[in-house]
Amino acid sequence: MLYSPLWKRLLILALCAWGIAASLPNLFYSDVEAHNDAVKAIDAAAGMATPEQTAELARWPEFLPNAVVNLGLDLRGGAHLLAEVQVADVYAQRIDSLWPEVRDALRDVRDQVGSVRRMPSVPGVLRVSVGNADGLAVAVAKVQALASPVVSLTGVGQKDLEVTTEGQEIVVQLSEPERVATDTRTMQQSLEIIRRRVDAVGTREPTIQRQGSDRILIQVPGLGSAAELKAIIGTTAKLTFNTVVGRTTNPAADPGPRNSLLASSDEKDVYYIVADEPVVSGEELTDAQPSFDQNSRPAVSFKFNVSGARKFGEYTSANIGQPFAIVLDDKVISAPTIQSAIQGGSGIITGNFTLEESTNLAVLLRAGALPAKMNFLEERTIGPELGQDSIDAGKVAVIIGMVAVSLFMLASYGLFGLFANIALVINIVMIFAVLSTIGGTLTLPGIAGIVLTIGMAVDANVLVFERIREELRIHKTTARAIEIGYERAMSAIVDANLTAMITAAVLFFLGAGPVRGFAVTMGIGIVTSVFTALWVTRFIIELWFNWRKPTEIVV
Amino acid sequence: MAWRLRLAPEKTNFDFFRHQWLTFGGSVLLMLLAFVFWGTEGLNYGIDFKGGTTLRTDSSQPIDVGAYRAAVESQPVGDVVITEVFDPSFRADQHVAMIRISSAEADQAVSEDALTAVKTALVKLDPAIKFVSEETVGPKVSGELVYTSILAMTVTSIGIMLYIWMRFEWQFALGGVLALLHDVFITVGIFALFQIKFDLTIVAALLTILGYSINDTVVVFDRLRENLVKYKTMPLKDVMNLSVNETLSRTLMTSITTLIAVGSMMVFGGDVIRGFSFAIFMGVLLGTYSSVYVAKNIVLMIGLDRSEKPKNGKPSDHEFANIDA
Repeated sequence: MLYSPLWKRLLILALCAWGIAASLPNLFYSDVEAHNDAVKAIDAAAGMATPEQTAELARWPEFLPNAVVNLGLDLRGGAHLLAEVQVADVYAQRIDSLWPEVRDALRDVRDQVGSVRRMPSVPGVLRVSVGNADGLAVAVAKVQALASPVVSLTGVGQKDLEVTTEGQEIVVQLSEPERVATDTRTMQQSLEIIRRRVDAVGTREPTIQRQGSDRILIQVPGLGSAAELKAIIGTTAKLTFNTVVGRTTNPAADPGPRNSLLASSDEKDVYYIVADEPVVSGEELTDAQPSFDQNSRPAVSFKFNVSGARKFGEYTSANIGQPFAIVLDDKVISAPTIQSAIQGGSGIITGNFTLEESTNLAVLLRAGALPAKMNFLEERTIGPELGQDSIDAGKVAVIIGMVAVSLFMLASYGLFGLFANIALVINIVMIFAVLSTIGGTLTLPGIAGIVLTIGMAVDANVLVFERIREELRIHKTTARAIEIGYERAMSAIVDANLTAMITAAVLFFLGAGPVRGFAVTMGIGIVTSVFTALWVTRFIIELWFNWRKPTEIVV
Repeated sequence: MAWRLRLAPEKTNFDFFRHQWLTFGGSVLLMLLAFVFWGTEGLNYGIDFKGGTTLRTDSSQPIDVGAYRAAVESQPVGDVVITEVFDPSFRADQHVAMIRISSAEADQAVSEDALTAVKTALVKLDPAIKFVSEETVGPKVSGELVYTSILAMTVTSIGIMLYIWMRFEWQFALGGVLALLHDVFITVGIFALFQIKFDLTIVAALLTILGYSINDTVVVFDRLRENLVKYKTMPLKDVMNLSVNETLSRTLMTSITTLIAVGSMMVFGGDVIRGFSFAIFMGVLLGTYSSVYVAKNIVLMIGLDRSEKPKNGKPSDHEFANIDA
């Protein structure tokens, strides 16, 4: 007689039951998905359900598990972007905004350092020449006093600025720990802003992940194209309010120092010369909403925070009758004349907007500007038809592969082959159960991984069965032969599967996108196939053995 | 006795070293040939490794590759490769082509304007055309992917080698990993010979071959280890032959089931994944061969020190003998 302990038999049954329950929703994919979407929509609307939503909700019963495998981009269709954030941009901005402070600080000690001039240099480095060489040390001390401690875990006790001298010049740049801290902040900010912008479009389950030190992976299933996705996240939406120096129709006009020549966004051949240093910038906005101006044309209303409101109020009261420019991404969207001092910090941006444009602009302004420019390193668009074709082909391949392997096992091992086939079916069920539960993503190579698992899953059983045959040949009793067969095959099974696991792990950690999906299904397949081939088949064999009590067996 | 499908007779007694000069020598020769093809023909790299853009078009109209080429090449782009795709799963009026474009300027991704121009030209040629997928990889990423792929292969090989060394002897580790490299390089050679598109998924396939092939080899080694303890005085070569013979039935069974499954993927799984399935299919064939004819030969050549066995001093014939499955 063959007996496994009761707890083990119960555990096997429980795991199999769980596997069937957890993989079940995948058979009714569209129903479950509709149900899940409805649940989310109703949650978002604070429990208020439209009749359609209630109908969608009823497509899948509440008490059953509702986790399904995510389909990867290559199966569902959608857009994929790999963006590189130009983190160095932020250093340049920081250093540029430092110059007025440095100038003011050195002005206080003018009698010792002499005249102060900003010298040309590479972006991210501030070079200041000092008129009086003897005052260099004083000047350096003064600039160093501007530095503040780095706010980060690793950079404790260090300053954010690195001040050195080169001849008559003071060279100021961000210190190494500050750069690291800045990079982290830039990446977090970029991720957050991209997430908000993509969410605002309202698609299903976007993936927005940081990759490596300065990259962001964005995958949005169901979106038409990568170009569309770029349009959603690509605009930096950097809003500033600047002083207008002049207006011209000459695109080659010389704007003069510390001014820029910017094109108007709606008037053709009109250029504005605006001061580089903004009066107020979009970071000080607290709110932006689509609205309408006096003439009922679409506009965007905005509100500043306290410091922005103060700056804006001071500037407008000092410049009544002068125009000022509202600049978005280096284009002047409008240049109204200041009619009166604007106190209280709220206002309205008019321009030739359509309703859609004003809504988008409000979203962009609310989400905030991307802190740095992004380069797109990889763009992929997969059409939904191609994805569906791949799913269909994958299904056919899985079914045919499975039937063929099952027939082969049946022919080779008879009844024991049948046991192995039951285990094989449970194995596939378990793979889907685990994938659904951990929220894994199924990709096309992932389907290939499942197919490969079908082939390899029977391997453990083959090892056991071959071993049982050998033991039977040397005339062990039937029960003993089965027991020894399992025992002796164990080491080969462990070694074979652990080495395969090493491969799956490497693929997971070094692979990207679809390849990672393959590693996931392969890894899960290895674990579940060992479970089904060793525990489940043994359980079935025991049941059969104790029921029929055969005196001799043929494997 | 019930009827059973047998891939090998119940008890075989083949001498797997008999034609060593042919089998092992053939492997060495094939590997050399693989390197020659790799060196001379080069691999047909996909955009993952070379950078560029691929467009997959789908149309109800038959494809005239020449006209497509003329339409694409009249746009400001670099090299153009157009291949028509066939698959048994396509509908009768489904005509699919893959168009690979590299940028006109070196070290640049294909610009959006150029791409739009290409698409417009193709639509003009065939109004029924649809662009079902579009992928662009910049030169920076493609360079990194080459590096990551090589790293992945190396890390996996080292990982496997360490594991086998730990569980067996260093000679086994070396023999096993050399057999793996044999499988992988010959597969790469086949890709070079037939100029099949070599992209990131193929690297995944090669890594899978590593995993599969070592699986096969390990089973043989495992039996070898067991028999080395059992037959302490039998010459190494004979113990090896015995072990391979004993596991032959299993080796063939597992290979066949895996080949059936992967073969089904290759035939029915659609053209998108065909290269991947093909690579695994070749790898399984080669892996089976190398675990029978390559891995143990290398161990035999290096030789084993059998004097200090059993290593752990226990008379147990088996490290896992006391494990309850």
